[in-house]
Amino acid sequence: MKMNGAQMVCEALIAEGVKTVFGYPGGAIMNVYDEIYKQDSFEHILNRHEQASVHAADGYARATGEVGVAMVTSGPGFTNAVTGLATAYMDSIPMVVISGQVPLALIGTDGFQEIDAIGISRPCTKHNFLVRELSDLPRIMKEAFHIARSGRPGPVLVDIPKDITAEFGNFVYPQSVNIESYKPTVKGNKRQIEKAVDAILKAKKPLLYIGGGVILSNAGDLVRKLASVGQIPAVETLMARGVMGAKNPLLQGMLGMHGNYASNMAMSETDLIIALGARFDDRVTGKLSEFARYADVIHVDIDAANIGKLVDVDYPIVGDIKGVVEQLILGLESRINPDRYSDWREVLHRYNDLYPQSFEDSDEVIKPQWVIERVGELLGDRAIITSDVGQHQMWTAQHYPFDRPRQWINSGGLGTMGFGFPAAIGAKKGCPDKIVVNFTGDGSILMNMQELVTASEYKIPVINIILNNNFLGMVRQWQTFFYDERYSETDLSYQPNYKAVAEACGGIGYDVTTKEEFDTALNDAIAKDRVAFINVAVSRFENVLPMVPAGGALYNMILSDKSEEK
Amino acid sequence: MAEARRVISILVENESSVLSRVSGLFAGRGYNIETLTVAPIPNSNRSRITIVTKGNERILEQITKQLHKLIPVYKVVEHEEMVEKEMVMVKFPIEESLADIQALCEAYNGGIVNVDIDMIIGMVADEPNRVKHFIEASRRYNPLETVRGGVVAIER
Repeated sequence: MKMNGAQMVCEALIAEGVKTVFGYPGGAIMNVYDEIYKQDSFEHILNRHEQASVHAADGYARATGEVGVAMVTSGPGFTNAVTGLATAYMDSIPMVVISGQVPLALIGTDGFQEIDAIGISRPCTKHNFLVRELSDLPRIMKEAFHIARSGRPGPVLVDIPKDITAEFGNFVYPQSVNIESYKPTVKGNKRQIEKAVDAILKAKKPLLYIGGGVILSNAGDLVRKLASVGQIPAVETLMARGVMGAKNPLLQGMLGMHGNYASNMAMSETDLIIALGARFDDRVTGKLSEFARYADVIHVDIDAANIGKLVDVDYPIVGDIKGVVEQLILGLESRINPDRYSDWREVLHRYNDLYPQSFEDSDEVIKPQWVIERVGELLGDRAIITSDVGQHQMWTAQHYPFDRPRQWINSGGLGTMGFGFPAAIGAKKGCPDKIVVNFTGDGSILMNMQELVTASEYKIPVINIILNNNFLGMVRQWQTFFYDERYSETDLSYQPNYKAVAEACGGIGYDVTTKEEFDTALNDAIAKDRVAFINVAVSRFENVLPMVPAGGALYNMILSDKSEEK
Repeated sequence: MAEARRVISILVENESSVLSRVSGLFAGRGYNIETLTVAPIPNSNRSRITIVTKGNERILEQITKQLHKLIPVYKVVEHEEMVEKEMVMVKFPIEESLADIQALCEAYNGGIVNVDIDMIIGMVADEPNRVKHFIEASRRYNPLETVRGGVVAIER
């Protein structure tokens, strides 16, 4: 069929089954927006900042498992999108971002709104394309979606010069993809899997170390089954919250810098790590030379480069978690004796009793952890929870009772403040039946607050709970612990009127200072079905605990404000 | 872990941004590049990039794996069994002994490639270590300029 490049972009999106595009128009992408205007196969959400468009597409992808799509113009439109690309890249989120570019003839002339998008985005995308010929466009779109969702997923940028979108040509969307130089290894090596099974059978203290890859691979149920077949204890990373389910007795909790005592001790004492889609991030391992000193390591990952990058691996298995775990279960099912690990489970049980994940509640002031647990009680599984970055993020990861994969959405790898609200918008578009709550702080929420307008216009009723301590809390916590309480530029006492801001933008705002007010506000926000800010005044100097100081060994945790070290 | 020198040969799709993808990966991840050569492979849409790098075992393994992840990379050959050659051209003043310079170049698989009114240009293609020795030896003849190419390598 004869059509222009802009229409080809739209046709490709339709062929890929895209329902929602998040974006912001501008000069170089206008041809495509003209075609968006003419079609009604997918919806376009106009965010009020390109960064928010990309985070929204990212949130959509994390909530649904489908490829998120964002569209921006050249120059500043693209540079605003970079933080969004980098955020998705670090967490391996499948996404296609389409950017306009100046016409081919202007490239390299420092034209108006020209920037080298391919050069800038190279280190923060899985791959990127500059479309130089209209005839390449259908293939490139097809490949972009394929690359984004296959193997280790990631964001892909397609940069399209303006004259390409204006030019007419024949459109045939390819049925299949064949990129000779890109063939991810999906199936795990059978011999290696057998060896891993034997290692598990021989271990005395095996531990499942569950990473975000399990969620990306949609392998949550299988991993639960693997744990249950052998009654093998498990720890989750920040990115894997929800895989095991909060009530699962085998789940010790989250490990790492703000992991709970039992999880970090489990990792320190295990004799066999079964790492599934996890990458031994520095926030997880603490001091590497002290990390899991007694353990052999089984490492399953679809990205071979993750294996052996930081930790020596005894049983490397490159492949998709889902298939490999299926094979592991098959190998173990008839041979494993769950009683073998009962002593080990008992030890961990005692660790949990000794220092449970807890906090000291108060009647005078609202504790941030209380808010999170309260939302967990009231909404539980009905909600998708997003967060920004900082103390509130860690408290949410520690205290919310996550019950399923894709329920918890946060920027783990890049740690992007301003992620939570637009990601919540994307998640709500993808899962309209769920209540979407963004836990945020008085620091983070200001970085993308313009999305109040977006959410109001499109009636996307996400609830932002601002755990307001008048501080850039996590930095303040480090200043308390490691900088002799010199609170350099972290006091945020000068505050906007959050309630008024929300209402000025068409949302609804609440100021909350008591627990009763909080319940009322949350119930009211849900009933009103509008975008909301619930501004909760919380205790100012609350710390995220336990904490492993950066560079310290995982077993050396600061457990409470009173007892300095264990 | 001890540092080792390694020659890595990368077969890539011949597209405009592929060299920046490869060199950017080295720069971004802090890997070392000692030499880099690139040229298209005849009668194909592929190029070969040859990189000499240095690092401990873990780094060298990461380099190979990270290169593999680049979409336009077909193949990464990282071998200790490579035949390596490198070339160098040296410009000498005309006052130096043409015969001596010729003899020196010939000793290293090379020769004189150009002589004009005020200079002599010698060229040598040999193993990287021998090229180094040649450059040292050439100092006796007051070289005006030395231009060294990168390593090219082929599997044995």
